[in-house]
Amino acid sequence: MSLIDLSGVQKWYGEYHALRGIDLQIAAGEFFSLLGPSGCGKTTLLRTIAGFEGIDAGTLRIDGLDMRGVTPDRRPTNMVFQSYAIFPHLTVAQNVAYGLRRTADGREEKARRVGEALEMVGLGGYGGRRPHELSGGQRQRVALARALVLRPKVLLLDEPLSALDRKMRETMQSELRRLQRQVGITFILVTHDQEEALIMSDRVAVMFEGAIAQVASPQALYSRPADRRVADFLGAMNFLPAEVRDGRVEIAGLGACEVEPEQVIGAGGMAEAGMRPEAMTMLDVQPGEGLREAAGTIADRAYYGDMTYYMVELPGVPGHVTVSMKNRPGSAVLDVGAPARIGWDPRAVLLFPA
Amino acid sequence: MSRRWLLLYVVLYMALLYAPIALLPIFAFNDGQVIAFPLQGFSTRWFEGLWTNRTLHSALWNSLVVAVISSVLAVVLGICAARASARYAFRGQGAVMGMIMVPLVLPEIIVGVSVLIVVNTVLGLPLGLWAVIAAHVLICTPFAVAVLSGAFQSLDPAMEEAARDLGETPWGAFRTVTLPLVAPGIVASLLICFTISLDEFIIAFFLTGASPTLPVYIWGLLRFPADLPIVMALGTLLVLASIVLLTMAEIFRRRGAARAGRKDSGGFL
Amino acid sequence: MGHGETSKGWALIAPPALYALALLALPLGAVVVLSFFTQDFLTLDTTPTLENYRIVLTDPGFAGQLPRTLLVRSVTIAGLVTVCTVLLAYPVAYYVSFHVAPERKSLWLFLITIPFWTSYLVRVFLWKVILNFDGVVNRTLLNLGWIDEPIRAFLYSPAAVVITLTHAFAPFAILPIFVALEKIDRPLLEASRDLGEGTLRTFARVTLPLSMPGVVAAVLIVFIPTIGDYVTPRLVGGPDGLMIANLIQSQFGRLSNAPMGATLAVIAMASVGLISLLFVLATRRWTR
Repeated sequence: MSLIDLSGVQKWYGEYHALRGIDLQIAAGEFFSLLGPSGCGKTTLLRTIAGFEGIDAGTLRIDGLDMRGVTPDRRPTNMVFQSYAIFPHLTVAQNVAYGLRRTADGREEKARRVGEALEMVGLGGYGGRRPHELSGGQRQRVALARALVLRPKVLLLDEPLSALDRKMRETMQSELRRLQRQVGITFILVTHDQEEALIMSDRVAVMFEGAIAQVASPQALYSRPADRRVADFLGAMNFLPAEVRDGRVEIAGLGACEVEPEQVIGAGGMAEAGMRPEAMTMLDVQPGEGLREAAGTIADRAYYGDMTYYMVELPGVPGHVTVSMKNRPGSAVLDVGAPARIGWDPRAVLLFPA
Repeated sequence: MSRRWLLLYVVLYMALLYAPIALLPIFAFNDGQVIAFPLQGFSTRWFEGLWTNRTLHSALWNSLVVAVISSVLAVVLGICAARASARYAFRGQGAVMGMIMVPLVLPEIIVGVSVLIVVNTVLGLPLGLWAVIAAHVLICTPFAVAVLSGAFQSLDPAMEEAARDLGETPWGAFRTVTLPLVAPGIVASLLICFTISLDEFIIAFFLTGASPTLPVYIWGLLRFPADLPIVMALGTLLVLASIVLLTMAEIFRRRGAARAGRKDSGGFL
Repeated sequence: MGHGETSKGWALIAPPALYALALLALPLGAVVVLSFFTQDFLTLDTTPTLENYRIVLTDPGFAGQLPRTLLVRSVTIAGLVTVCTVLLAYPVAYYVSFHVAPERKSLWLFLITIPFWTSYLVRVFLWKVILNFDGVVNRTLLNLGWIDEPIRAFLYSPAAVVITLTHAFAPFAILPIFVALEKIDRPLLEASRDLGEGTLRTFARVTLPLSMPGVVAAVLIVFIPTIGDYVTPRLVGGPDGLMIANLIQSQFGRLSNAPMGATLAVIAMASVGLISLLFVLATRRWTR
């Protein structure tokens, strides 16, 4: 049985339909992410689970219990807020002990639990500090300890890494992952950063406009997105007009090929073919075996250190396709304006309904 | 160059701002009956007179009662308004807040006259300190709201949610998180409202009835030249009290700002 | 926002809102209603009539056109006070906002506001001392040999009222201007300098227009309450310095004609409201 079970959950803010029928099951011990652009309803969904927002239709069960009318203080969930919401008038230890006020533990037991929680997030010995003496990363750890000390069934994280700089964010990503394995609690993470969601999660729900577009593992999400929006939101994808006829696909600018049924998403007829930039290659830089070939012109080039992106114009196709090449020692760099030979693999093609 | 002229101007301006107040102690300790130069010599007799003046004492007592009750009520109302405007967004919010803040700009005589009419003509009740309190609450509330809004607005709404999430009841969350964080603002607004009420004359004059407040009593003294040195002595003490109260208010307001981790660059308003 | 938000917000704001309604809106309504009644000694006649308005606005016999004279004088004095206060306050607000270190700004504001909070009556009275026949100003001028005998005109004149009120409202004008100046993005000014404008022209073309909302707020916050002051005119104004508020006050006090007082109050409020409204409309293009 799943730990969290939402079915047909709807939420309105006046005229605004924030959640449009959410069905979602999350298992115990999962690291689950809610991913989507801002305003897609992911934070609303998280706050619904925490109990800060009521729901207008549908049911929400946690551990088999209907949460209707159950206030946040009585739910087996705890939250790490985007702003961390560390109480500035309390010390670090007092912050962590805040939720233990109403538990039956004795004074010593409470102190032990606080120390243990601070130890767990790597803040042992920081108990007497004041919040304003801490760095952003340390505040975040306090927020984590404060929530985890209560041993919730679910830890909710609302964009916890968005306020940190890149280096710190990467450290905290692996730290969070480690913590989750260590405590074995279900983590639900809200993020707009697709990379973060892919790196950290067991499963990801991609949301658009108050609805879930796809729930899958990071690999499945990336290699077989449920629709164009998901494909576009996660990583980059080239879209080319395509026509399906007698089991063969005619892709504008690239040519014809045959595709397996699992490469087809949705109906046949007029379609769009999608290809990831890394699924194509510049044959003049890196030759490949058994690839189809197409010709075009290099319209632009962007150098990223580890990668070079080529924007290639294909005859009869508006715009351009992007081809990403790994930079290896000694690999050639092609000039803008030069003719380009593109190699592409029919097995990497995805077909979306137009 | 132009900056130096500006500084000169500002210094001059500040000096003129304080000049009249500086005269207070000069005449309060002056041995002469007439408030004018040249000075007659040092004396504390005007202050000594204050100790034995029974009418003055009862007026002071009236003023303290009015100021304490009005400031407490105004701050309670101010907390409601400041929290409502900081925490919730609702239809008609602007209009309602506008109505609550209007007494800030309304000529005080209008407040005095309109409350007088309601008490006297509409309700047919006798005037008294309660009417002064009622009107003072009205004019103090906007100041309380102005001071408290800063405190409530800088409060991260996630604070209270975090407390709820960690197992507190709504009241528990307010008591253990919100209240300690806005407490300095509350103390500051109490002190400011107290000062306003203590000094207020224009409205009190209409509503005080048979038991005058301190400013109404002073107004009476102003008519008798013989009493003017007493006014100076009394004024010295009042100014001193105001400065002490306001300094305390400012200290509390700043402490609140520091506690909420907010950058402090504003004043009372 | 959601339903819960609205009802919670209203529940919370209800006490102060109802209080303001009960002690402000209703009493103001009572003033308006009362202004249509008449009173003969102690009997109140509740037949609605415009008689009071007719007397105040058109009757040449009523107290020698006193209400109209006082109204015009009040508006003039309040206008002068406003202009003086705002003009004198602007450089101070500018200085504090632009030339004072951020951590010391609140100290400056505190020092500026202190005189405002100290006993109003006493402060007004002090001006009487200063401007008096043998007051500070006269004695100084005498000692300097600039005058041969004390100038009596300092005290008991409209000028004395303007000086006293300007002094009383100084901090009130500084604060809104300061707030408006604080809101100006400093890079905006650097951009203007960068685009080749000098300090003065940057001030005229960027700083001043952007601070206009504060100036307008300062004007209103000084002009409106000034009209309602009867202490200053009474103490330092003399017969030529009396204002409409003195007349209103005497109707409720000595003359015991509340309906007439209410009428005068309504007319005063209406004039102030109208002038303020016109001012706000006239300055709209700078404040939006």
